[in-house]
Amino acid sequence: MRKTLAVARKELRQIVRDRRTLVILLVLPVFFLLLYGYALNWDIRHVRIAVDDRDHSAESRSLVSAFVNSGYFDLVAAADDRTIRALLDRSEVRAILIIPSGLGRAVRTARPIAVQVLLNGDNANTATTVMSYALTIVRSESARYQPTAAQPLVSVEPRIWYNPELRSTLFLVPGLIAYITMITAVVSTALSIVREKERGTMEQVRMAPIDAGPFVVGKTIPYFAISLVSALGIVIAAMALFGMPMRGSWLVLLLALSLFLIGALGIGLFISSVADTQQVAFQAAMLASFLPTFMLSGFIFPISSMPPFLQVVTYAVPARYFLRALRAIVLKGTGIETVWPDLAALVGFALAVLTLAAVRLRRQWR
Amino acid sequence: MGRIAVLIWKELIELKEDRDLFGIVILAPILQLFMLGYAATTDVRDVPVVVADADRSVASRALVARFDASPNFTIVDVVTSPNEVDPYLERGRAWIALAIPPGYGEALGRATPQALQVIADGSDANSTNVAIGYATNLIAGYAQALGARLPAGSVTPGIEPRVRVWFNSRLDSRDFMIPGVLALLLLVITTNLSSMGIVREKEVGTLEQLNVTPLRRWELIVGKLLPYALVGMVDVCLVLAVAVLWFQVPLRGSVTLLFALTLVYLMSTLGLGLFVSTISSTQQQAMMTTIFFFLMPMIYLSGFIFPIENMPAVIQPLTYLLPLRYYLVILRSIFLKGVGLETLWPDALALAAWGIAILSLAVARSTKRAA
Repeated sequence: MRKTLAVARKELRQIVRDRRTLVILLVLPVFFLLLYGYALNWDIRHVRIAVDDRDHSAESRSLVSAFVNSGYFDLVAAADDRTIRALLDRSEVRAILIIPSGLGRAVRTARPIAVQVLLNGDNANTATTVMSYALTIVRSESARYQPTAAQPLVSVEPRIWYNPELRSTLFLVPGLIAYITMITAVVSTALSIVREKERGTMEQVRMAPIDAGPFVVGKTIPYFAISLVSALGIVIAAMALFGMPMRGSWLVLLLALSLFLIGALGIGLFISSVADTQQVAFQAAMLASFLPTFMLSGFIFPISSMPPFLQVVTYAVPARYFLRALRAIVLKGTGIETVWPDLAALVGFALAVLTLAAVRLRRQWR
Repeated sequence: MGRIAVLIWKELIELKEDRDLFGIVILAPILQLFMLGYAATTDVRDVPVVVADADRSVASRALVARFDASPNFTIVDVVTSPNEVDPYLERGRAWIALAIPPGYGEALGRATPQALQVIADGSDANSTNVAIGYATNLIAGYAQALGARLPAGSVTPGIEPRVRVWFNSRLDSRDFMIPGVLALLLLVITTNLSSMGIVREKEVGTLEQLNVTPLRRWELIVGKLLPYALVGMVDVCLVLAVAVLWFQVPLRGSVTLLFALTLVYLMSTLGLGLFVSTISSTQQQAMMTTIFFFLMPMIYLSGFIFPIENMPAVIQPLTYLLPLRYYLVILRSIFLKGVGLETLWPDALALAAWGIAILSLAVARSTKRAA
């Protein structure tokens, strides 16, 4: 126990000496939460649209007004045959509405007529949403001319729990918290052991009467303290500045956060124990955490939509469990009786990773 | 000239001998693209639904069967009362709950319109939106089929929207994401190589040795960066092969242009790494600075996933500072639109300007320093 603390104290002293790293670990995460939380959302508005109105009737103008008045579209240009290609190639617009000549007459004489909506498919995510906007607008404009339209026999009345306005911020901010916390933790420990290997001070550690296990734990402690402070800072900033609610228990949140951090720090330590140079450790840490956490944790892409083999891989991504637990605690207000499977997974992960790191190190020391 | 060649040769040998690094920068990107290519899908499938069927009639069971048959939904459970759905949503076992009121079947028989409640878990706003959309669509189609069987008055035909999607008719988010992943992988790998590689020599002391050789400053820099550029181009080839041959992402534009502009992009990323190395004294510092000041902002603000046009007006000008922004436009355009330099020249120019600027800054910083 004393040896573990001795290692921790030494590590802490070294950390404090590197001012820039310390500031980065403590201050930047909060700054980034603010920046990205403010900058990012999926609520798609101000969709740039161009119109090719070949009819110039009252009805066609009414249709165009419907688009503009919806609040989702910005009419930026008039298009014609020659400019359509260029507008889409240069992505100057997301959609082009082409109204054929004869629309007004067709509507007045109750004959069917089709309008074309060209969608810019270069961003599939946005295009899907823009398409549903456009379809809804055209259909409701069409319904205005059908006074006897029968009400559908069955319709849907949505009720949304936890996030009634479907604010994407409330969905994104927990994800941001998980992501920033994960990267900070992995990155802070990834170089800690391998640096000693490269500099040659590892030899001195080997000669000291300390075993690999306590050494690994001792290394984790100061980074854990720093990361915890940083992570709590982010959570509080999220609540104060983005109105992220806290409907659950602080104690459970703290527990989930701590378990997550230990696992993430453990990944960094494991990479550090395996790598021989800091450069390799850096690359490995990046490749293990940067993109995978972003894309496999359920932050952006729902895991249930991924192919089965990939879903299995996501079980090895600790952010997956933490994100689910975080959302449950913060947005749903559920307690430990609901989130314990995720917490158990985090415990298992942390234990596994730290053990692996210690085992690797012990083998190298022999 | 020969001096640079020797330096390049030395770098390449060092790289080859570091088996771990070699594996990481050559093999890992393929693995990553493979995994991430499969992850990148915003198509929502198998949405777990819990149904509260208070009616238990033939009609209600027919509706439930409709949901079950759809690839978008998976029925998790069928309960009786709407109160019973709470635990499913709380525990995340279901994303939406469908509540069929008692008397549904009877009302349907009398052709009385009614509304069904769909209760959704809003904590995942993105998927919820999509799920509600699917449910609405499914029920609307079902209602239409029902209505067609009833001898009601015919509905007057109206304005019919016909949608055509350009460049990505399947609206496959993979075709949009994979070029983005390629760009990001290149960024991560090459900035690491150049920032860490030079600082390591500083830390270990071999930079001093290089200083006393007859190599001039610019020769040293070119000699150091060129091997990394080579590694980057090899990565591009490998990742491109996986993207086009395995994932069948369409590559409609000129491959030559793609490689040429990738070289320009590499100039920026390597220059960035070099710049970071001039402001860091330890590898730890270089790593932290690269990740937090450059890589993280780029993954969020470059338009990789979150569209720039959705960002607040004050933030959008900042994105012009990110080389990844331009390269993403270039890559996606070459892949999906097949356009050439006549459309892409503004982005290509911006990328080149960025690269030259950062390289000059980095070189200037390294010449002014004594060591």
